[in-house]
Amino acid sequence: MALAELIWVVPLAPLVGVAALTLFGRRLGEPRSGQLATAAVGISFAASLVVLGGLLSLDGHERSVVVKLFSWVPIGDFSADLGFLVDPLSVTMILFITGVSALIHVYSIAYMHGDENYPRFFLYLNLFVFSMLLLVLGDNLLVTFLGWEGVGACSYLLISFWYGEEANAVAGKKAFITNRVGDFGFLLAMFFAFGAYGTLSYAGILEGHAANSTATAILLCLMLGAAGKSAQFPLYVWLPDAMAGPTPVSALIHAATMVTSGVYLLVRFSPLLEESSPWLGDVITGVALATAALAATIALAASDIKKVLAYSTISQLGFMFAAVGAGAYTAAIFHMVTHAFFKALLFLAAGSVIHGMGGQQDIRRYGGLARLMPVTTLTFGVGWLAIAGVPPFSGFWSKDEILAGAWGYNKVIWALLLLAALLTALYMSRLMFLTFFGERRWNADEADPHESPRLMTIPLIALAALAATAGVLNLPFSHGVEFLGRWLEPSLGHHSAEPGFGGGTKWVLAAAAIVAAAAGLLAAWAIYLRGRVPPEKIERRVFARAWGYDDAVSNFVGGPGKGLFSALARFDASVVDGAVKQVAALPRRAGGLLRRVQNGLVRRYALALAAGAVALMIYFLVRAGL
Amino acid sequence: MSPSVDWAALLPQIFLGGGSLVMLTLGTLVRKRAPWWLPNVLGIGLTLAAFGSVVWQWVRVQDPSRGAFSTIAGTVQIDGFAVFLSGVVVIAALLALVFAPFSIRRAGLPPEEFSVLLLLSAAGGVTLASANDLIVLFLGLEVLSIAAYVLAALDLRRAGSQEAGLKYFVLGAFASAFFLYGAALIYGAAGSTKLDSVAAALAAGAGSNARGMLLAGFALLLVGLFFKVAAVPFHAWTPDVYEGAPSPAVAYMAAGVKAAGFAALLRLFAGTFSASSADWRPAVAVVAVITVLAGSALGVISGDVRRLLAYSSIGHAGFILVGLESAGANGTSASLLYLGVYAFMALGSFAVVMVMGRDASGSQPLAAYDGLARRSPWLALGFTLLLLAQAGLPFTTGFWAKFEVIGAAVQSRTYWLAAVSMLGAVVAAFVYLRLVVRMYLVRPGADGDALASQKSGVGLADDSRSGDEDSDSRPPVAVPRSVGFVVAVCAAVTLFFGVWPAPLLNLAGDATLAVLGG
Repeated sequence: MALAELIWVVPLAPLVGVAALTLFGRRLGEPRSGQLATAAVGISFAASLVVLGGLLSLDGHERSVVVKLFSWVPIGDFSADLGFLVDPLSVTMILFITGVSALIHVYSIAYMHGDENYPRFFLYLNLFVFSMLLLVLGDNLLVTFLGWEGVGACSYLLISFWYGEEANAVAGKKAFITNRVGDFGFLLAMFFAFGAYGTLSYAGILEGHAANSTATAILLCLMLGAAGKSAQFPLYVWLPDAMAGPTPVSALIHAATMVTSGVYLLVRFSPLLEESSPWLGDVITGVALATAALAATIALAASDIKKVLAYSTISQLGFMFAAVGAGAYTAAIFHMVTHAFFKALLFLAAGSVIHGMGGQQDIRRYGGLARLMPVTTLTFGVGWLAIAGVPPFSGFWSKDEILAGAWGYNKVIWALLLLAALLTALYMSRLMFLTFFGERRWNADEADPHESPRLMTIPLIALAALAATAGVLNLPFSHGVEFLGRWLEPSLGHHSAEPGFGGGTKWVLAAAAIVAAAAGLLAAWAIYLRGRVPPEKIERRVFARAWGYDDAVSNFVGGPGKGLFSALARFDASVVDGAVKQVAALPRRAGGLLRRVQNGLVRRYALALAAGAVALMIYFLVRAGL
Repeated sequence: MSPSVDWAALLPQIFLGGGSLVMLTLGTLVRKRAPWWLPNVLGIGLTLAAFGSVVWQWVRVQDPSRGAFSTIAGTVQIDGFAVFLSGVVVIAALLALVFAPFSIRRAGLPPEEFSVLLLLSAAGGVTLASANDLIVLFLGLEVLSIAAYVLAALDLRRAGSQEAGLKYFVLGAFASAFFLYGAALIYGAAGSTKLDSVAAALAAGAGSNARGMLLAGFALLLVGLFFKVAAVPFHAWTPDVYEGAPSPAVAYMAAGVKAAGFAALLRLFAGTFSASSADWRPAVAVVAVITVLAGSALGVISGDVRRLLAYSSIGHAGFILVGLESAGANGTSASLLYLGVYAFMALGSFAVVMVMGRDASGSQPLAAYDGLARRSPWLALGFTLLLLAQAGLPFTTGFWAKFEVIGAAVQSRTYWLAAVSMLGAVVAAFVYLRLVVRMYLVRPGADGDALASQKSGVGLADDSRSGDEDSDSRPPVAVPRSVGFVVAVCAAVTLFFGVWPAPLLNLAGDATLAVLGG
């Protein structure tokens, strides 16, 4: 109990970092500002471990502690506290958030070397970690929303960190606008929830009673918010462009942590999800499947190393949403954690490659880097096998669990997810082979590939170790070794249940997953290393153009949409602005009249005073009936 | 027979009033001229001591086993309300003293007189806040005001300051006469000058046979106090005085004198006369609306920052009157909250205005603020925060203050008043935003309003423009530490309690008016 109440240290440490960097960032300079930021997140991670210990010392059913720091806004019936909900779900989240963040901070110390805004980068990074912790720790929707907006703001700031280039600024704006659509859903969900339950706290909402339709409406709105933040169809368009930010940012925000907050939110509401209309699960899995499959095909033909990873992230987030829709909440969280490890690893390794290749991001200009960058190659290879779903790497176990959950929910969904898994193995192997093996497709005079400094490779090695072994968190062999499942039970209730089939089916499903992964790998081997099949056979133009969806959105917004918007703008200029101008003009005129009284003459002032006195006197005397 | 005196109840007055008298005496006795900073430091010490005793009183009053109490035969009453407003007055005097050295050195404000008068005025304010008798109330009002008249005229080198002092004095004397006559009528109607006896007499129906006298008393008391808090149409002195008087004195007037004036208004009308609230509420409502609207409208056309802030202080007085109009505990605590947070906004804003002007007083065109964000980013940031708070933007204390007074009006079902006040808040926001736009988006020399009304594509990438700072050759504004400290404290309070309003809301909610028997 006592240890769990130390939770306030976890978000406080990065907040102190933010304050220190705001005040002294410039003076600290490089590398001390980076070290300070890293230390802040390190303290936060240590505190998270302490809180974990505190929670483990409690019995399972007591593992949900609300730590209320202070009453925030007490107004009439409405009251919101700044309180933290410490339970297995939130502690799982803060552990991997602070852990992965600490490693990425270390990496950034070297990666951002020489940048003129070095201290500002770490300021934003710490601010991001603080907001993210607020998001997952909040014991009510308002605190979560505060974090939600905070991570959004940091995301935009960091996407357009190098705002000198127009494209980066545009990417930041795109992320901003797309996310507003999702935030609108979140806000609506908050209003609905307050209307239906009279409170915004999770405990109050999850234990409260409301009509089935109300719960469904709230969850639909939350789903919209989650789709925006977690880049689900149709709101995924901002994430590939978000790769304009520095690579550590892509690893931390746009792969490991922020984009998973939508999944977290839906899992947090899993008890409500079980009570809502059953078709809601179909909506979520439908969106998730569309996202997973669509993004996987686009990743197949993308040529920018970071774009491939970005589409892969969208696709993997689709897997997590599919798990949520199918009711396999543990699997969703499991995959979120393993994905955080291997995707952060892949991004950081990609950053190492880009660093070594002098900024080149086109995989068609890579090749044969394995000898020149051994550590990067090895660690990237671990990430590749993990995401491709090769046992015993972590991705296999978590993806297998999602597939098992999908089998129990709907066989068609299982089949489509399996196909997406196959595609995953295929496009990741393509990336691996094109980058590190085969012939060198770059000139020695334009690039000088070399291994990155130790500060960059050490986080890579640590993440590789985690990506390789994180599967032991939740092994399917017996209930005894499903550590994560048993640990999360108090947060998820009894809902995240066993799949309704026996052990035999499980093994068959696992075998199918292995076959799919192997098929993807072999196909890539045949195409990209052996050259048996020309790559154009699978790298369809339509994939490379992202199915034309992005263009369609742009064309609509630029064509008929623009007409609509300019009509709106005219309305705005004439009616809305007109009203505003009138509001401003009327006082101007009234003020002009009043100013004539204000002429500096004491006699006039006294006259005004006396007139007021007479008016008051008349009113009161009339009132007295005289 | 002399009444028993609980000296602890009078500690703030002893420090402020007694201390200032001692300073004055020593100043005349000692031949050698004291260094300029000595009176200032002494004044800060005395106000700090007074603040300490206010805190001590607050703890005592909030202790449920002791509670509110009265002393000197029930003429002085120490309750949560009195202690809260005493605190506001003392803080206003303290911060004004902290940033005064700038004016003392730049404009040659006489340091000793400034400290002594400020302390005396604050002593009057504290007396006013804790008075429980019409005579004591008048005493406090006069001590408060007479010192303030002289403070306004203290910038001896400038004729504008003298003129301000004289205007303030003449009109103030006029208003005091109204107040005194009103007090006499109330005495005639209720048979006592003690507020609790008056309240009891009113509740027992004493007013019914002398209703005319009672209501005429209301009217005259309102005139006197409306003048003090600068409600329209009793406000005409405000812009002239705010423009002419030295900045530290104006800051104190806006924060402290206004709080003391409202102390009297709230204690008399929301407390003592609450039994006849049906009689006075419509009059207060009309004055509140006129004040909110006129304050905002005059602010819009004002081309001078000092006058703009004067009109804004009029507008704020209107909002505080909205809290009074709802005539209940909620309205009173909303008004107190408003007075508390406005004190910081006013003190901080006038500290900025002081460093922006070359003289301690005098007019200051809006154009002086063009492009301030480039020259002095921290000063501009602090001022922006204070202005946004005055506009009532969320995440500042100003938002909660407006929210609470308008909420109180809604609760007391005066919907039209709530609606019109919100309209006034919209217009007022325009006033402050105009100044913010000038600081951030207008280049010096350019025609401000023309540029501001253009569509300014404010986007994320706009920071990139900060690279070219060719046109501005003016040097950054020199901000002495003391002024920087005051601006930082005021901005920090405004932002911190704007984000976390719970402690302030609770504090204002605990500052209750007690009607005790003597």
